[in-house]
Formats: sequence, C-alpha cells, structure tokens
Amino acid sequence: MDYYNLLTTCAFIHLLVSIPYAYSNYVENKAGQFFSSGHTNNWAVLVCTSRFWFNYRHVANTLSVYRSVKRLGIPDSHIVLMLADDMACNYRNPKPATVFSHKNMELNVYGDDVEVDYRGYEVTVENFLRVLTGRLPPSTPRSKRLLSDDRSNILIYLTGHGGNGFLKFQDSEEISNMELADAFEQMWQKRRYNELLFIIDTCQGASMYERFYSPNLMALASSQVGEDSLSHQPDLAIGVHLMDKYTFYLLEFLEEVHPASQANMNDLFKVCPQSQCVSTPGHRTDLFQRNPGSVLITDFFGSVRKVEITKDTINLTSSLKPLIQRSGSGDMQIESLTYVDQLPVAEIIHQLTPDQFLVCSRRWTEQSVRVSPSVYVQPCEKPPYVDSSPSHAPLCCGG
Amino acid sequence: MAALQLEKQRGRYAALAIAAVVIVVGIPLWWKTTETYRAWLPFSEISELDSLQLQLSVDIEVVFSRGTLTPEQQKKFPLSHVNEKEHQLHHKTEFSCGSVVVYVIPESSTLLPEDVKVYVGQRRTALLRSPPFKTSWNLKEVLSNLDVEVEQVVSTMSFGHQDIVAALSNRVRMTKVTKESMADSMRAIKSSPGYEITFSLLNPDPKSHSLHWDIEGAVQSYIQPLLNKLAPIANFSVDSQILYYAVLGVNPRFDNSVSAYTLSADSLSHVINPVEARLGSNAASSNPVLNFLLYVPDAHHSPLFIRDHSKRKVPSNAFHSPRWGGIMVYNVNEMYGPEAERPVDININMAKVMGVFLAQLRLMLGVQHTHPPTGFVLQSPGSAGLADWELDRLLWSRSVENIATASTTITSLAQLLDQIGNIVINDNIAQQVSSAVTSLQSAVAELEAGNLAFALQYSREAILASERAFFDPSLLHLLYFPDDQKFAIYIPLFLPMCVPIVLSLLKIVSEAKKRRADKQAKSD
Repeated sequence: MDYYNLLTTCAFIHLLVSIPYAYSNYVENKAGQFFSSGHTNNWAVLVCTSRFWFNYRHVANTLSVYRSVKRLGIPDSHIVLMLADDMACNYRNPKPATVFSHKNMELNVYGDDVEVDYRGYEVTVENFLRVLTGRLPPSTPRSKRLLSDDRSNILIYLTGHGGNGFLKFQDSEEISNMELADAFEQMWQKRRYNELLFIIDTCQGASMYERFYSPNLMALASSQVGEDSLSHQPDLAIGVHLMDKYTFYLLEFLEEVHPASQANMNDLFKVCPQSQCVSTPGHRTDLFQRNPGSVLITDFFGSVRKVEITKDTINLTSSLKPLIQRSGSGDMQIESLTYVDQLPVAEIIHQLTPDQFLVCSRRWTEQSVRVSPSVYVQPCEKPPYVDSSPSHAPLCCGG
Repeated sequence: MAALQLEKQRGRYAALAIAAVVIVVGIPLWWKTTETYRAWLPFSEISELDSLQLQLSVDIEVVFSRGTLTPEQQKKFPLSHVNEKEHQLHHKTEFSCGSVVVYVIPESSTLLPEDVKVYVGQRRTALLRSPPFKTSWNLKEVLSNLDVEVEQVVSTMSFGHQDIVAALSNRVRMTKVTKESMADSMRAIKSSPGYEITFSLLNPDPKSHSLHWDIEGAVQSYIQPLLNKLAPIANFSVDSQILYYAVLGVNPRFDNSVSAYTLSADSLSHVINPVEARLGSNAASSNPVLNFLLYVPDAHHSPLFIRDHSKRKVPSNAFHSPRWGGIMVYNVNEMYGPEAERPVDININMAKVMGVFLAQLRLMLGVQHTHPPTGFVLQSPGSAGLADWELDRLLWSRSVENIATASTTITSLAQLLDQIGNIVINDNIAQQVSSAVTSLQSAVAELEAGNLAFALQYSREAILASERAFFDPSLLHLLYFPDDQKFAIYIPLFLPMCVPIVLSLLKIVSEAKKRRADKQAKSD
C-alpha cells in the first residue's frame, strides 16, 4: 500500500514538474513558429474583372474576400482592391449602397469602410500588370501601389469570366496565363514576394495556373479545364445571382477563421467539393516550398505580426534643447489653420426635422420595407407621403 | 495582233515594275518604320556582373605601446612598420571610415581591469591587452600570436563572415539558417533610398488625460543626431501625430498579484493591426515607413504592464515588430491622485520615451546586437546613439547588400530585355543601366581598396539607377504584340495587294516558259 502511494505521489510530482516544462516548451515552440513562415507583412490584391449589372456576383465575390481579409487583420493600406464596375451605386440596384452575398440580404459585404483603389475603367490588364510588377508612373499614390518586399506574403484573388488559358477583363481584353506567369516571374526576380497564394474563381480556372514557373507559388482554382464555375443563388428582389458557388463556400469557411486560428491550407483545399460545387476545384502546390499542412490560413488571409519584446534601452541624459535655440530665425507667426468643412453635415442635420430623422434611421436598418417599384428611393431621402419640407442632398451614393 | 502583243508586253513590264518597287522599296521601308527603337545596352558587362567576386579589405593599424615588446623584438621590426609617435590614448583624430586601430598594451598594464581583455571605444579604436609573450620569441611568432586576437577584435568592430553572408542573402541561398540569424535578417528593414519615421501618441482617454509631449524638441535632441550620422545611408523624414480615442485591439487582463493590468506576450501580435488602420502615412512617397507609437492607457486600465513569455515584467514596457516599428506603453497613473481635476495635465518624460524608441530604431535600421566574445567591454554609444564602429558595421553590410541587389536587378533586367525582342528601350533607360553598371564597378573597386565611404556612395548610386531603370513605366511587355497577333494585323492589309502581283508574276513566268518551249519545238 505504502509503495503504491509512494509511486503515485512520485508520478504526480513528476507530472507537476514536467507540465510547466512542457508548457514553456510549447510557448517556445509557438514563439519559434513565428519565425518559421519567414514573412513580416501581408498584402492582398483582389480583382474583379467584369462589368455590367448581371455580373453582380463577381463584385460580391471580391468584396466578400475583401471583407474576410480585413476582418482577419490586413489593413486597407496593404490591400489593392480593383472593381471593374460599381454595383452598390448602380442605378439598377434596388438597395443602393449595398452589395449582398447571401439571399434574403443577410450579409452586406459593402459596408461603410470599403476602400476601392482601382474602379471602373481603371481596371485593365495593363494596370493589373503594372500593379504586380511595380512599373507605375511616379505620380501614382501610395494606396494604388503594391509596396511589398521580400518578406511579404501576397494573396491574389481574381474573379470574372474566363476560358482555357485566359481571363476576360471588362468585356474587351484578356490576360493570358503566360502573361500572368511572366508577371509573377518578374516579381520573383525583384523579390517582391516571399510567398504568393493565387486564387481564381472563373470558368476553367485551373488553366490560369498551369504555366506558373516561379518558386513559392501556391494556386487554387474553382474549376478544372473544360468545366464551368457555377453561380450560387439568385435573389429575387435584386434580380441577379449574388455569389459564385466556390467563393460562397470559401466565405463560409473563412467566417470560421479568426486571427489566432490554426487552420491550415489542407482545410482550404477541401472547401467546396464536387458535391457542393458541381465543378471540381483544383490546386497546385509543386512550386511551394513548405508543406501545405504547415501553412496557416492566416499566413495569407490575415496579418499576424511577429513581435519581439524590447529588452535594451539607451540611457539618454542630455536634456532637451531649450525652445529659443531651436526656432532658428526668430519668432515666426504661426497662424492656426482649420480645415474647410467637406460635408456640410451641420446644415443637413439642422434641416431634417426630428420625425424625418427617425424615419431616415429606421429605413436604413429595416431593409425589408417594401417600396412601390415605381418610386426610386434612396435611403434617407424624404419618403413620398411626407410633403413640403426643404429638399436636401441624399446622404449616400446616387445623384 | 501586233497591237495586242504590244499591250501584253506593256502589261508584263508594268507588273514587273510594280513587283520591283514593292520588293526593292516597299519591304525595306516597312521594315524600317515598324522597327522598335532599342538603345544600346552593355550586355557583355552585365553578364560579367552575374559572376561578381567581392573582395573586402579593412585598414587595420596596430600600435604597440611602449613596454609591450622587448627591445630585441622591437629592433626586428622592419623599418617601414615602425612609427614612433607619441600617441596619447585619448587622441581625438578622426580615423577614416572603415578603418580600425588597435592599441596593444602590455600584459601587466593596469589600464584595463583584470578580466577584461579588450576595450572597444566609441570611435573605431580598441585597446587590446597583449597575450603573454616569451622574450625569446622572434618577431614572426609574436605577430602570429597576436593575429588571432586582432582578428577577433576586427571581426567585432567591422564585419565577420556571417554578416556578409546575411547581407548577401538575396543572391546567395543561406544554407544554414539558425533561428537567430533568420530573425536578425527579418528584423532589419531592407535597404532603401529613404525612410519615413512616424511618431504617434495614442490617447484613448482625452477626458481624463490631457497629454503634452515636446516631440519636436525630443526629435531634435535625441533622434536627429542619430539620423545625421546615418545620412550616408539614406534620407530620413520624420513626422509625428496624435491620435485620440485610439484603442489597442486587445483587452488587457487584470492581475491581482500586482494589482495592475497586463498584456501577455502572445496577445501582443494582435495589438498592431487595429491601430494600423488608423495611422496615416505620407502619400507622396513610396518609402518604407517606421512607426513608433506611444500608448498612454486610459484611467480605468492603468497601470498597464507587458509581460514576456516567461511572465516576467518587461522593464522597458515596450515591444517592436520587425520592419514595422515599435510600441511603448507609458503609465501615468502615478502622476496624479484620485482627487485631481479631470482632465489632468501631464507632461511626458521624453528622455525615457526616446531612449526606448532610439533602441528600437537602431534595431529596425539594422544595427545588429553585437555579441562580443568574453572579455570584451564595449563603450556605450553616448548621445549620438551609435558608435562609429557600429556605423561602420552597418555601412559594410549596406554596401554589400546594395551591390548584390543592384547587380541582381541589372542582370534580370538585361535578361528580360533580351528575351522579349520587341520592347522599346528608350535612351533614358539605356543611360540609367550604363550608369548603374559603372557605379557597380566603381563600388566593387572601392571595396577592394578599403574605402568604405566611397564604396557606399557608389553602391547607393548604383542601386538608385538600377531601380529607376527596372521600374520604368515604359517597360511593359504587354504593350507589344506577340507574333501571331502581328500576323493577324498584316494579312488583311497586305494580302489583297500581294495577290494580284504574285499572280501576275506567276503568269509572266509561265508564259515565258511556254514561249521558250514553243521556240524549242520550232527550232527542232
């Protein structure tokens, strides 16, 4: 009896001692894992290449990936969003300033902080290749540039109409898979990426990554050569198909991912099997150096920063130079500057009566208010049955 | 009949004339006018750059102080090596950039404490306690004994093999990658012609704290000396901003044992992203930005401490992210009591804050932690924040990195232009490429000679020129049609014109053949 007691206490103590050791090992490993992926920042280039109202789903695709990527941490300054047409403020959109990704209008992927960098006719093959290779004219602002370095992981998402070996831009030009492969090679030559994940959701999408030959590329496509990628659901109120099947299930998968999640690429490959998607998604990992099972989703979709504790400081003892010495040329009159009011919000708010204000805000939240089809209503415009109030500028898109 | 014959003759001549004009005049004209302008590039020199051999030499001066060598050994010194100068050890001469001076003092000297072998000064000089000599040794043995020690000193003060390999990691695949060396290479920001440094003060609680920081004075006194010293490397632009109601994205946890709020090391990586969305940046330039944030916790979450991986308090209360910048948490709860009138006026102690930011800035810019061997003592960098030899280390690795990057850029550009035959090469691109090649060659020559300052300058010019040439907006291969599209353009233009000419030529040839056959038949 005593012997067994002794044995169990020994085992217990041993366990107690080894648990903190194992934990510190785990913590060390986790810290080590931070440096195993080799990247310090994340970029995303999200492109929708089709225009016209009936291609609503392509814009919704791109915006839902944009939303996931922002939610997982990549800031707007590191996202280049290219939308070939404006669906949210399209005059055929019955719900202006919104782009929905699910029928019954459950999820508005447009939101109120979308930053579109290239819009409308600016989305061309030339601009896309210029963004990738960095050969932009010097006057291009920072937000339109891909300022990646050799430690950046880049996510590139393309959607639109495609065929065997090409992708159609704006219904008037195409980019071929060879051009895309050459552009990636030029990026590699200049070390503009550490690793690159390429996702394409078009018909015959797998043909676009056939010709890649640069290292550290991983590619996913929604359908194989000879297959079409299908759209998911139409919405009867809006009148068009809202999303493509592959991106719909991709968005569903990404909604479960949070910044600290450990989901890896093998889970991503399983998204949308043929039973759900009708087309067969494909992927290509032969050019990628790491094992896909060890690549986290957040390595590309999120932006988990590597952090180090600052251990040393410098002892600064000299005092600040007094003010008189610093301002070199005597006293300068510095007048305080103010910004001009960009939006005369004060005037608008004053003009609205309290009732109107309430109706306005209510209308904004209750999307299921039925409106007669002959009236073109913008949110926050005065409803037709209220008469004689001073007219004011609508608060959102349109006009 | 004769008239018909004449007509036919005239027709034949007309067809031949037209064909002659098309072939002799038309084809060369078309060729010349559709040629793409390609200025001359020094392709042979560029291919030489591919197999570049770098030779780095450091000027080392070893000064034996009196009493180190026995008179016999002193006599044996070749005359050219002997320089009997009355050097004072606190000499303030400016030793040239990249050189190292080692003063060897006798073994029994009391200048250095017992266990200290080497004292490295601020300005490229070092004191080395000489290893034990036997008086019977001749000069060669003395020098060879000293070699090892001097090499150790020099590799600490200028560069070692690892540093150069790390700088070349762009071109040379690093085979043995230790975690530390990879962390080092990831932490330092890439060489760039300019940097932007932004200091931000985050005040989540303006109702309780009214913060005043003299950022202009602090930058002038503390940061500007360092930036002035680093001027040969890059241009720096400094700006600052204050953000109100900016919160960290992570909720700190209250720790009862210290009755303070703590942020664990694991949650730190999620702090940066929500804040970054609110930070502005100068839209005019594409230079990399280094952000330094000072966060003053709100009154309800004060004091806030950062814990490292082993749950210990971090003395600096700051952390940094490689290639991005640093964040420091500054607690102000001790500066006022609970009865103070809100908002409380608080003056931030800029010396303490800038001490942390300066240390982080050094790390970001690539001033590596030197791990000197045992027995070495390093003099603290002082007010400039950077010792001269630390600057030299940075300059060595920067020049090597610049040369490697510039030569990679030029060779890949040449390859691209070679492969795609119909890209227009403008004169300015050719000029940039030529100047990049000459700068590269000069930089390599200067490195070989050991002139670090000139080498860095040439390498900077080389990298600027090569980047400008590579990223020129006119070099887009898409704008030039592939061959099968060219075919499709020319056929509708030339085919309708060529068909009658070719057919008439054929007809002339066949008629001539028939006539000759008839003549033959007649003559037979």
